[in-house]
Amino acid sequence: MPPDLKPFTSVARSPFAAAAGRARAIRWAQGLAGVAVFLVAAEIAGLLIPQTVLPRMSTVLSQAAGLAGNGQFLSDMAATLEAWAVGLLITVAAGVPLGLLLGSLPGVRFATRAIVEFLRPIPSVALILLVSLVVGSGLRMTVTLIVYAGIWPVLYNVIAGLDDVDPVAKDTLRAFGFGRLAVIRLVSLPSAAPFILTGIRIASSVALILDIGAGYVTGRINGPGIGAFISDANSGAGNTPLVLAATVWAGFLGLALNGLLVWAGDRLLPWHRASLGPTGQAGVPGRAQRLDHPEAAAAGTAS
Amino acid sequence: MLEVTDLTRAYGTAGSAHLALKDVSLRVADGELVSIVGPSGCGKSTLLRCVAGLLPPTSGQVVLNGTPVTRVPGRLGVVFQDYSRSLYPWLSVRDNVALPLRRTMRGRPARRQAAAASLAAVGLTDAGHRYPWQLSGGMQQRVAIARALACDPVLLLMDEPFGSVDAQTREDLEDLILRVRAERGITILLVTHDIDESVYVGDRVIVLTPGPGQIRADLAAPLPQPRDQITTKELPEFVHLRSEVSRLVRGKPLAPSDDTPAPSDDTPARAAAPAKPGAS
Ligand SMILES: Nc1ncnc2c1ncn2[C@@H]1O[C@H](COP(=O)(O)OP(=O)(O)O)[C@@H](O)[C@H]1O
Ligand SMILES: [Mg+2]
Repeated sequence: MPPDLKPFTSVARSPFAAAAGRARAIRWAQGLAGVAVFLVAAEIAGLLIPQTVLPRMSTVLSQAAGLAGNGQFLSDMAATLEAWAVGLLITVAAGVPLGLLLGSLPGVRFATRAIVEFLRPIPSVALILLVSLVVGSGLRMTVTLIVYAGIWPVLYNVIAGLDDVDPVAKDTLRAFGFGRLAVIRLVSLPSAAPFILTGIRIASSVALILDIGAGYVTGRINGPGIGAFISDANSGAGNTPLVLAATVWAGFLGLALNGLLVWAGDRLLPWHRASLGPTGQAGVPGRAQRLDHPEAAAAGTAS
Repeated sequence: MLEVTDLTRAYGTAGSAHLALKDVSLRVADGELVSIVGPSGCGKSTLLRCVAGLLPPTSGQVVLNGTPVTRVPGRLGVVFQDYSRSLYPWLSVRDNVALPLRRTMRGRPARRQAAAASLAAVGLTDAGHRYPWQLSGGMQQRVAIARALACDPVLLLMDEPFGSVDAQTREDLEDLILRVRAERGITILLVTHDIDESVYVGDRVIVLTPGPGQIRADLAAPLPQPRDQITTKELPEFVHLRSEVSRLVRGKPLAPSDDTPAPSDDTPARAAAPAKPGAS
């Protein structure tokens, strides 16, 4: 499908697999070294700066480790994961079909452009109070926010993916007598799958940000969650290390969920990475990385 | 019977329209193999797309067996010029070949079996489980050919189908196409820019002018069947025809007719009216 498909990509994959394994090991080592340098620097900075301003890194990390055995924190984390999962599921279930519709019917796309361009730039955080007034607080509010914010990256990536489908690939199936729906199902959808996956990954990061952000802004009234935990910790004096410890966990959660989606994507679309060549360096075509939402942009840099 | 009448196709909007094909008319009898040659950009692919019903003509029409082609006709096989873009990277080679059969053949095992048979016919027995991007350009091209043949077409359109295979494989595939045509009586339109190939495989050779494509000549190639890569190419008729097509493609005047061996009495080579001044 990609025009830069190398016609002589080797059939024997094991040498490349070995090289890719080495490259991956080097990347891991570099990543770990970066983390180690950061931690040491933060610890040194913590020695120089008053603890009330910047707690010692070692304190934060030991508190974070302690949170793993903290029942309150664990049930908060479970609640955050639940809202993330429900929100992302609804986002995908609504965003992908809607994107397919808009992407395959240009008329509908142009008709809805004005409203989309109006809604899209509204930051979801600005909607937290409005949404809680309308749908009430708790899981429903969080999920509503997640879906509102997450639907844009999904929608835009599905449409970008459909725009990117090679016309020759579609004509080929048409030439064999297949109709429009069959072409969408058998060619456009699999061809756009890498884009769609990118959209889902961005939506996942956005979902986590809102999940925790909304909990933090509204506090425990909104029900359990890491956001509520941070909000509680923040209300007690001298609890900065605990706030940071919970934040470290939030970061790990984001990393793990993104890793999970990347892993699932590789399993689902094995041809995608492989067809790009041994290293997969080409990555997803640039347009798949569309960041069409302020929060998506923030999430994109995090992922 | 395929009848193309005054086919004209322009690209772009009325103001800046670019004429790709102009007043092309041709008739192809059932079971006939017609080669189409012409310089690149002269509208060969455009002609095939119009015949396939993938591209509506700007004016003129295509009629297949008495029915005007307004959409893709049934039992059509197409081998696109951009073979690498027409194969699906998410499907194995075998599933690529089996995919079009979903419309006509029930049962995945049956489809896979038909796909395997078609792959064997193009010499790719062992490649079925691989992916298109793991194959060389020539192998990918053969997959595209196998896919078109698997559908058991009555009309086969091939756009420079042997463009990136080595000389030996190319000759084998030319013979494969001739054999399949003889066995199944398929009507074939084959676009090529290889002059030898056009004469070797064709019952007729149609030469197009540089864009906008018009028919410069429509020559019969009455070489004996079955054709043979060595003996057919040694025939004086072959050599003569090849030079003639070559001159026509280059736009040079034909050799004087008195020192040319007459190809055959009942099907004389005939050149179409010379291109109008300013047309090329
Ligand atoms: N989709 C298109 N849009 C605009 N111009 C096109 C398009 N397809 C082909 N053309 C132009 O039409 C002419 C004929 O193209 P084509 O049929 O592909 O020629 P050939 O197959 O003989 O090389 C060329 O000048 C080409 O640039
Ligand atoms: Mg062409």
